[in-house]
Amino acid sequence: MLRDITLGQYYPVDSPVHRLDPRTKLFGTMVFIISLFVADNIWGYLLATVILALVIRLTKVPFSFMVRGLRGILILLLISVSFNLFLTDGQVLVQVWIFRITWEGLRTAAFMAVRLIYLVLGSTIMTLTTTPNELTDGLEKSLGFLGKVGVPVHEISMMMSIALRFIPILVEETDKIMKAQMARGADFESGNLIQKAKAMVPLLVPLFISAFRRATDLAMAMEARCYRGGSGRTKMKPLRYQSRDRAAYGAELLYLAAMIGLAMI
Amino acid sequence: MGIIKASRLIFDYIRRDEEDRIEEVNRAIDDMSVDIKKGDFVAILGHNGSGKSTFAKQVNGILLPTEGTVWISDMDTSDTSHIWDIRKTAGMVFQNPDNQIIGNIVEEDVGFGPENLGVPTEEIWKRVDESLEAVGMTAYRMKSPNKLSGGQKQRVAIAGVMAMRPQCIVLDEPTAMLDPNGRKDVIRTVRELNKREGITVLLITHYMEEVVHADRVIVMDDGKIVMDGTPRQIFSRVEELKSYRLDVPQVTELAYELKKAGVDLPDGILTRKELMENLLPLFGRRYGEREEAEHVD
Amino acid sequence: MSIKVEHLNYIYGEGTAFSQYALKDVNFTIEDGEFVGLIGHTGSGKSTLIQHLNGLLRASSGAVYYNGENIYSDGYDMKKLRSKVGLVFQYPEYQLFEVDVFSDVCFGPKNLGLDKEEIEARAKEALTLVGLDESFYEQSPFELSGGQKRRVAIAGVLAMKPEVLILDEPTAGLDPKGRDEILDKISQLHKEKGMTIILVSHSMEDMARYAGRLIVMNHGEKIFDDVPKEVFKHYKELEKMGLAAPQITYVVHELREHGVEIADDLTTVAEARDAILEALKKQQRH
Repeated sequence: MLRDITLGQYYPVDSPVHRLDPRTKLFGTMVFIISLFVADNIWGYLLATVILALVIRLTKVPFSFMVRGLRGILILLLISVSFNLFLTDGQVLVQVWIFRITWEGLRTAAFMAVRLIYLVLGSTIMTLTTTPNELTDGLEKSLGFLGKVGVPVHEISMMMSIALRFIPILVEETDKIMKAQMARGADFESGNLIQKAKAMVPLLVPLFISAFRRATDLAMAMEARCYRGGSGRTKMKPLRYQSRDRAAYGAELLYLAAMIGLAMI
Repeated sequence: MGIIKASRLIFDYIRRDEEDRIEEVNRAIDDMSVDIKKGDFVAILGHNGSGKSTFAKQVNGILLPTEGTVWISDMDTSDTSHIWDIRKTAGMVFQNPDNQIIGNIVEEDVGFGPENLGVPTEEIWKRVDESLEAVGMTAYRMKSPNKLSGGQKQRVAIAGVMAMRPQCIVLDEPTAMLDPNGRKDVIRTVRELNKREGITVLLITHYMEEVVHADRVIVMDDGKIVMDGTPRQIFSRVEELKSYRLDVPQVTELAYELKKAGVDLPDGILTRKELMENLLPLFGRRYGEREEAEHVD
Repeated sequence: MSIKVEHLNYIYGEGTAFSQYALKDVNFTIEDGEFVGLIGHTGSGKSTLIQHLNGLLRASSGAVYYNGENIYSDGYDMKKLRSKVGLVFQYPEYQLFEVDVFSDVCFGPKNLGLDKEEIEARAKEALTLVGLDESFYEQSPFELSGGQKRRVAIAGVLAMKPEVLILDEPTAGLDPKGRDEILDKISQLHKEKGMTIILVSHSMEDMARYAGRLIVMNHGEKIFDDVPKEVFKHYKELEKMGLAAPQITYVVHELREHGVEIADDLTTVAEARDAILEALKKQQRH
């Protein structure tokens, strides 16, 4: 049932991309996303495609596994493509009843689709090649400057990493409570929307109570192990840049420059 | 003075209503004094609600006395300037294995304590290696805690405490949610740490089998210490234990019942071996000389 | 009236690379009024098995018959099955959700679509059966003690008036007195109400005391199915499965190995005491 949902989609293989510092990958992902919005002609998209294909090859993650993430955005993709397709004014190509497809519409829709797909693929590469811990560490370190303006960066990243640990536990617990209520005759499937929503109460109340109990326990356990926020803490696995990260940063900047150049053609 | 000392300790759980008026006062610990020697393995027994878990939380400074004093290695727990030293000295393992593991990977969880203490990176790795080795979990260091059994999770939690280099470990019903095998594993681990590393152990439990090897057993009821002695002294008082809603291991109960029926056995038999050593002579046999051996003679 | 399980297979994660047998060709019949103990170490398939008996899990192949009817046949009323085969999960107090004890116990019968009077009558009866009187009705279930919460949860299942009651480790985490209270109540339901009981437990001592029949599971397969005394004779095989016999069994076997003439099927303290006293008397006569 619910247990089948896979979260924190890390794909454990050893590849050059896996070995990069999470900050390098975060920066790369950002560069790639920016580049998609910079590009406005076929050449830009062509370069982005080549680079994306190359990086995917480097990750050693099977392509089929990677495109699985696209299923989630299918509806979003369809909506935005059809909006662009039918609602852009310009030179009319086909007209059926009130629906009109224009040349400009086709072009924007195609670019929009490519942009969305690449956006998802680009960030999927990030999550597939970086463990959740590396990711939070990377975010904490990269966004460290925000701490100076009062953003609790360490606390946020600690929360993220705890959430990652407890999601599977809570998913399993949901499954258990659901079954326990079904054993008492509860019905989560039939009925209209309101009935269904009402049927969730016996599931949600125990789940919230349990989540709060776990949170209290965990807070106590953390305090017992001398946790007192981010200051004065050392790291077991501090992030350190290697020469490959410097090379990757270079490549990332070069790519961004090329994309900007191509956009000006 | 021992490593853990409580003097005339009183603790009230106070429930307040919305306007902060006291609604209900529940005395969990009622005038308790105790002194625990360094290096001892001490078990605290008591039924649910006897105050034993509340006492455990006093040792770690999670709860502070309402009246009286608790000292950990000469530090008064009410003195907030010592709080982190106290928590470092007396580590704590809780009941629910899931709710005390913070890291997403075993070794990272073990490193959590030393990270908080500001231990340098290299030293953290050394401590993590040693702690995992001490609880026999080295082979699982790269695993996700969610993939471990309950007993294994508790051993990771113990390693997490060990990595803080404590002098004392308080375990608050660490086996209550485990199956018999997990229970045995955890108790074996704790006994080894006590023997090999000289760590003082305070084990809170209601499983009698787990306290047979303790140096000292304390029984709590209604927030008070009602029995205090060696396991043998405690388990020879079967009726009294039962009156505190506890029971005794089956072997002890059998010996007690036999003795009551007139069989000549010593008080407080704890293990099967002891029972055999005392029972077999009554049949004209000696323990260890099995039937097969006699035939050879 | 019976539960019959025929060639039951359950494959976990079927169709994926990680598929694994959770249950493998399990067969048995449980007759009306039996008290069956179900044991096996964690992951042996016992929890999976009991969820098949009330249709919460659907077998990969094989069949489950309740009162002669295949529960997988078209149009079978699963909701009715779940009211007849009551299942109390491990740590059942985590399913409590209502504002007071009484409403929570009403949840089950309410789902059966009964009228208000019947629902309340059943809730009252169920709470009485677990030994909670009217002073508890208005209390929040979250403010009770561990043992009391658990009894409320059991009452929540009893209020559906099941013919079969399955309990997954109902005493986990309770202290000795709380444990005995729950087990005595269950035994009472069996004796006085004639309810069929299936009890999952790790405690061999409890099994020896209460169960009339013991089913042992290991790696998804049924290994033993007999009266407890007979099963415990296989204590060496039980140990290989990560289980053990009651302590008394070991005492008795050790006595026998040293040449003391004593029966080999004693499992409780009282039985062992009487047998040893008897043997001592015989010894003195010689």
